[in-house]
Amino acid sequence: MEISLDHRQIKARTPEKLLRASGLLYIGLMILIPLIIILQDGLRQGFAELIHQVTLPIARSAILLTLWTSSLMTIINAVMGLMTAYALVRFEFPGKRVLNAIIDLPLSIPTLVTGVMLVMLYGPQEAIGRFLLEKFNLQIIFAQPGIVLSLLFISFPFVVRNIQPVLQDLDQTQERAAATLGASSWTIFRKIVLPALIPPMLSGSLLSFSRAIGEFGAVVIVAGNIPLKTQTGAVYVLGAVESENRLGASAVSLILIGIAFIVLALANLIHKRWGSHK
Amino acid sequence: MKLQKKGLGAWGIILLVMLYTGVLIIAPILALIFGAFSEGLAPALKTLGSSIFLDALWLSLKIALLVVAVQTLLGTIVAWIIVRHDFRGKAFLKSLIDVPFAMSPVVVGYMLLLLFGRNGFLAPIIEPLGIKVAFATPGIFLATLFVSLPFMIKEMIPVIENLDRSQEFAAQTLGADGWSIFWRVIFPQLRTALIYGMTLTFARALGEFGAVLVIGGGIQGRTETTTMYIFRSLDERHFVEAYSAAILLGSFSVMIVLIADWVKRREEKHQSQVETIERL
Repeated sequence: MEISLDHRQIKARTPEKLLRASGLLYIGLMILIPLIIILQDGLRQGFAELIHQVTLPIARSAILLTLWTSSLMTIINAVMGLMTAYALVRFEFPGKRVLNAIIDLPLSIPTLVTGVMLVMLYGPQEAIGRFLLEKFNLQIIFAQPGIVLSLLFISFPFVVRNIQPVLQDLDQTQERAAATLGASSWTIFRKIVLPALIPPMLSGSLLSFSRAIGEFGAVVIVAGNIPLKTQTGAVYVLGAVESENRLGASAVSLILIGIAFIVLALANLIHKRWGSHK
Repeated sequence: MKLQKKGLGAWGIILLVMLYTGVLIIAPILALIFGAFSEGLAPALKTLGSSIFLDALWLSLKIALLVVAVQTLLGTIVAWIIVRHDFRGKAFLKSLIDVPFAMSPVVVGYMLLLLFGRNGFLAPIIEPLGIKVAFATPGIFLATLFVSLPFMIKEMIPVIENLDRSQEFAAQTLGADGWSIFWRVIFPQLRTALIYGMTLTFARALGEFGAVLVIGGGIQGRTETTTMYIFRSLDERHFVEAYSAAILLGSFSVMIVLIADWVKRREEKHQSQVETIERL
């Protein structure tokens, strides 16, 4: 057996062992078993059948839609997150505290409510939605821009909150030295500040990407459920479950889980390697 | 800290950031507030007082409270063993905890259906016992438990790591048993984080939708939670009902998290004051 309690351990052994058993049992029952079940069910008919299921036209288009909307969100979120964090740490301006508080709001608003909000703002019956549709022929709700908007809403905090502490702790002597030597503020940002911010920006963006892959509550309200057009991967799984298409549901679920896990692992790796606090 | 002179570029960034948050975050929130009360306060209040809505709200609250209770106890235990114990597979355990963050709620509901559904893997065991999980309250409970699992653990790990162990040794030297060390020495140091973790878990549990939709089925009066109520009202084009329930759920979640934030910040400030005084 492994040595569980090191010499500093102060409590009697038995209760600690009991604690460990209950903790492991909890995670095992709650997370490991469902994971194993879906893995088993998805691969039940073999790997070829899994590939066949996810390359069926409707399933494939749903997965691709999820991938490109999440990617677009990730790029916008990375750039805007960087700018927001920079403004919050380096500049003083009226409304800064309010802005800082607003950033966390998406974390506590249920995603279904987010979807309802966007429909009320951009829906075809609302003033702004109708205006955009008539003047610019831009449809947001029940269309793909709505999906990107809802993903942007729910993932806004991830990049900002990842960059902020790193920027706060950044040693500024280098920047001052560069300024003394006559470097412009853009050169200083590009050569000194940006390199330090790339790792937290990357890990935050990847985190938001893995969140977006599975997003459902906001997307199902905003996008409607139009196969081949606005049906995302998660919404496809719901449809497959409801029509008792177990093969399709399991296959697309596995693909979504796989992508999200790989991206999440990458985010954690970057975070660990280049840490948020060097 | 004024670190840079604000040139045109700085003001450009500030304006762009303000505009972005305004359009992306503030505008939708305002749209919900105005929309919900577009026909005055009366219809909104009528919805929130209807027995169908109150049933849904009551179910959500019951489930969320139960989930918070389980998560507080077991989540703290898991965080404890991750920090204080060494065992094989610890890294694996830690990565398992991240799973609910990256998993689509729909898939969570579907996994539970595979386990407890009509032809589910556990059906041969639970059916003879007469236990109903899918399309019943236990299923909703399990789904909510799954999606909110990381919050408590993630909140507790750094706090347990930072516990002052010399106090535990001192108490032990003075003859205190494990139980009283926990309640008198360890628990007071965990209290703020516990409250914060409980609040985050509660907010997440109240707002869960996708997993609950798949495993619960949203049967009115039986498995309809608040989010399901909003979804069904939208579907039936009962917009006032949907909007007023959404604004209640949204503002309630935001409010409790803001209060928890405030408690946490006050505690941290107090802590740093104590440290300064001790140093003097």
